[in-house]
Amino acid sequence: MSGQSSIIIEAKNVDFLYSGEWETVTPAVSGISFTVRQGEYVALVGPNGSGKTTLLKLFNALLIPSAGEVLVKGISTVNEGMLPEIRRSCGMIFQNPDNQLVATTVEEDIAFGLENLALPSEEIKKRVLEAAATLGLEKLLKHPPHLLSGGEKQRVAIAGVLVMEPDCILMDEPTAMLDPAGRHAVLEAVQQLHRERGIAVVHVTHFPEEAAGADRVAVLSEGRLVVDGSPEDVMTGLPLLHDLGLRGTTAVELASMLRQDGYPLPPKILHDRELVDSLCSLEQNS
Amino acid sequence: MTRSITLGQYIPGESVIHHLNPRLKIVILVLVLVLLFLLETYSGLIFALALAVALFVLAGIPFSYLLRGLRPIFYIALFALIIYFFFTSGGVVLFRIGFLTVESEGVEQGLFIVARLVALVLFSLLVTLTTTPLSLTHGIGFFMKPLRYVGLPTEEVAMIMTVALRFIPTLMEESQRLMRAQLARGADFETGSIFRRARSMVPLIVPLFVSAFRRADELALAMEARGFRIGAKRTRMHQDVILFRDWAVLFFVLALIVLALNINI
Repeated sequence: MSGQSSIIIEAKNVDFLYSGEWETVTPAVSGISFTVRQGEYVALVGPNGSGKTTLLKLFNALLIPSAGEVLVKGISTVNEGMLPEIRRSCGMIFQNPDNQLVATTVEEDIAFGLENLALPSEEIKKRVLEAAATLGLEKLLKHPPHLLSGGEKQRVAIAGVLVMEPDCILMDEPTAMLDPAGRHAVLEAVQQLHRERGIAVVHVTHFPEEAAGADRVAVLSEGRLVVDGSPEDVMTGLPLLHDLGLRGTTAVELASMLRQDGYPLPPKILHDRELVDSLCSLEQNS
Repeated sequence: MTRSITLGQYIPGESVIHHLNPRLKIVILVLVLVLLFLLETYSGLIFALALAVALFVLAGIPFSYLLRGLRPIFYIALFALIIYFFFTSGGVVLFRIGFLTVESEGVEQGLFIVARLVALVLFSLLVTLTTTPLSLTHGIGFFMKPLRYVGLPTEEVAMIMTVALRFIPTLMEESQRLMRAQLARGADFETGSIFRRARSMVPLIVPLFVSAFRRADELALAMEARGFRIGAKRTRMHQDVILFRDWAVLFFVLALIVLALNINI
């Protein structure tokens, strides 16, 4: 594993069919080759039923490919003896904050994964406190999950993944069921972990703004990988996105309309700030 | 702290009884319950009742909880009293209603049984009111461990109980939401005969079950993703340690029991 940064997840020509499906049904994902490198932030976008969630589940061995292979740090996910290591290395955050917390208090929930690794209780306590401090959950440690807000629940779930000292966090629309404040707090927390600890993130999202903040954006459609590139390239390619029923960021959509109306804006405007700056420089030039 | 626990009957507190190790608390409760069955005199039972009330005061539990806890056994007690009063013969005839007679032996035995029942409930209540449901679950799980040797998956059963505790409030919230949704559509849960009301609950129960199964599915996936595997060895973050203080209480209770049986109060 030499090179500039090592590969955490590698999918090689992966197909997946849900068992019990009729033969005529197209596979949930097919022919996908994909890598996630150490410290990368990858956004996964695509319309409903495009196989995003399936792909995510293939990455931490919740699903095993029907054909092809998924390697997590070089270990194939078919290797059942290595499941604990694979799942430690790639933690997963689900969409519904309610249905992924197991224990009756926040601290015990954060500890759940470590308990499964059968670590000594002193070590568990130490790591739980650290993770709770990182995510600002110190005051909630003794609270039962049902008294937390959605955003707090998702942060507890992230803490539960963080204690496992993961190489990668897989997130399946973690903000879809949250209010704006909760959404912001959760994204902030994940980005902080990504920046400060170099944890790779694979983020399935419906929000163009979330995808625009990633290092890389991959677009799925009908189980196939359509594009995989930088957000500047992918998220500004409006014809493709619109074809799939997706949207660019507000800035991208707005810039496109302004261009149609004859404003000579530069291409690849992705963020609000860029749009504002471009418009202001137009103003000064005219 | 008070906001944090609304589950079960637990009343948060910092008393000696609250801090007693849950496993030993269960052992002591069983010992006391056995003792209550061995007691044969009124003085012994009255002492036990007084002790129970004293412990409630010590634990700082409001008197209303004590009464509320006794409510479920009210009819059982009443039934027992009636049976004993009318159908146990012996002693002096106190009074007569038609062909039924109430005799002193019956009254004596009836009251004794009821007093014993009340004492049983009070001591059990004391444990459930001062122990968090989670600690209780872990305590019970501990004593189930030997059943592992006859093939019962005790670890898994303990996990099931924990998860159930975790989801009771969530499902209660959900049922209330469903109820409001149905009320908004003109459902009526309050009027009509008991059968009518039971029938009107059907549109509530069906979606609740559907959602519970969906949740169970997702939770199973989340647990798996976090490395839970059936039959795998696990550890616990909070291992309940039995302190010297706990042993001291246990021996004190044992001594009390031996004493009680020897002087045969």
